[in-house]
Amino acid sequence: MASIQELKDFTQQVRRDILRMVHAVNSGHPGGSLGCAEYITVLYQEIMKHNAEEFDMDGKDQDLFFLSNGHISPVFYSVLSRSGYFPVSELATFRLLDSRLQGHPTTHEGLEGIRIASGSLGQGMSVALGAAQAKKLNGDTRLVYSLHGDGELQEGQNWEAIMYAAAKKVDNYIAAVDVNLKQIDGTTDEVLPMGSIKAKFEAFGWEVLEVKEGNDIEAIIAGVKKAQSLTGNGKPVCILLYTEMGNGVDFMMHTHAWHGKAPNDEQLENALSQNPATLGDY
Amino acid sequence: MKKYTYTEKKDTRSGFGTGLAHLGRTNPNVVALCADLIGSLKMDEFIKENPERFFQIGIAEANMMGIAAGLTIGGKIPFTGTFAAFSTGRVYDQIRQSIAYSDKNVKICASHAGLTLGEDGATHQILEDLGLMKMIPGMTVINTCDFNQTEAATIAIAEHEGPVYLRFGRPVVPIFMPKFTDTENENKFVIGKGIQMTEGNDVTIVATGHLVWEALQASEALEKEGITAEVINIHTIKPLDEELILKSIAKTGCVVTAEEHNIIGGLGESVARTLALNNPVPQEFVGTQDTFGESGTPAQLMEKYNLNAAAIVAASKKVIKRT
Repeated sequence: MASIQELKDFTQQVRRDILRMVHAVNSGHPGGSLGCAEYITVLYQEIMKHNAEEFDMDGKDQDLFFLSNGHISPVFYSVLSRSGYFPVSELATFRLLDSRLQGHPTTHEGLEGIRIASGSLGQGMSVALGAAQAKKLNGDTRLVYSLHGDGELQEGQNWEAIMYAAAKKVDNYIAAVDVNLKQIDGTTDEVLPMGSIKAKFEAFGWEVLEVKEGNDIEAIIAGVKKAQSLTGNGKPVCILLYTEMGNGVDFMMHTHAWHGKAPNDEQLENALSQNPATLGDY
Repeated sequence: MKKYTYTEKKDTRSGFGTGLAHLGRTNPNVVALCADLIGSLKMDEFIKENPERFFQIGIAEANMMGIAAGLTIGGKIPFTGTFAAFSTGRVYDQIRQSIAYSDKNVKICASHAGLTLGEDGATHQILEDLGLMKMIPGMTVINTCDFNQTEAATIAIAEHEGPVYLRFGRPVVPIFMPKFTDTENENKFVIGKGIQMTEGNDVTIVATGHLVWEALQASEALEKEGITAEVINIHTIKPLDEELILKSIAKTGCVVTAEEHNIIGGLGESVARTLALNNPVPQEFVGTQDTFGESGTPAQLMEKYNLNAAAIVAASKKVIKRT
């Protein structure tokens, strides 16, 4: 059990990793990655029972996590490596030729911790549901977690999965939606207004809870623990996680501009100065 | 020349249903998913005997492919069931990313393939699925010819690690292949291993699916005219049994390919590639000519689109002249 300060330090190092990874190859998606740093850190460092040292695909008797919005791979890779799945030094190979750290996560290169390829949006919830149903068949009582972008909910397959999850009472599952209200072309309201995501999930028969401070470690822990308490009651559980895209770097916040853009040298220096190293850079 | 006869006709989809039921009794990891077409896919027996291992997805094929991928995480061997059109083109990206690129052990079982779906017409008669599936890296692609071969293939793919596309059809067709017997392990289906049905010297006929029976009928007709044909039953389109095809062609010097599929992207093109790389000889293609299908009875459609024994006979004569 880590202290709140330790989790904050971990997250700050993850932010540095994200910034340095995308800067090094002048590509990748820092905005959403920074926005979800706290949530994924909390899952892997505080919430989930998982075995980083001996990764196996089936993950029996472990909690599983699926990243559906695969473009925020930097945050996923950073948290996985710093949780012990693979050497931290490998973060330096992000998006390079022959790397296991592909632009979007893949199982194809044998990277420990990855259980599904993602990047083409809208597919992760279906996969998570299958894994959750396999757990039930196996008498495995651990939980399945997933993360999705709010813009990603514009993909229709999500709504097939959302309908199915409630209908089939997949109640060993906690899906989180990263509500940062931004996507590539602008705000979600500018691109395709989605109305109330909360009301939609509720109408489909889900338990929905909101974490208004989606970049606050303590709020996230409280929210996920509350979500856990709602599992096993015949309903899937959804956390609406209100985050700030680009969180922790002042000039990347309150804009969608950094969705898929890397900082230049000067911007990197500025961003890193706002996030001093805590665990040592890769 | 070896003659093939039959005493019974059945649909290949029933062979799938029988094979799936067999797996339900013999392999506890096999699970089945269906997108609201249980009766059409003949999945009833498996479901009756293994209700806890069946997942009714509803009319949501994309979700079905993702759930199947997820079920493999936990050691399950998922068999998805819907029409070929909805097993491929409709869910191409889900198969590509969540199944094939993710190295998931999913068996995509596709019924009602090709023109023999019949009266429902072109919306449901996919003639492009073999091409779509064979282009995906790592995908095994199988198209079976009768009830017995479909049953045996269904059983065999459960033991194969990796994604498989298994294609079969709707109409009743002659049963002429030997039956797989579990106790003796006889007539086991071997993925990627073609079956030489007849011996001949003048032309090689490489056929798949419903066209295998037509190829056998064609070879008998040709024999009456003094032409001997070597018929190869190529149930596995990918990986293709190149060795068997090249061996036969070395003898006959020409080939006819026959499939219930567009000539663009199908078995014929796979064979042509093999020839181009190894031993270029004349080839004729029996298949649909870059067209959609239409409503009609299976027999009417196979005749109109030249997918029958008569078409194979004509193609054989033409290709022999080109040698």
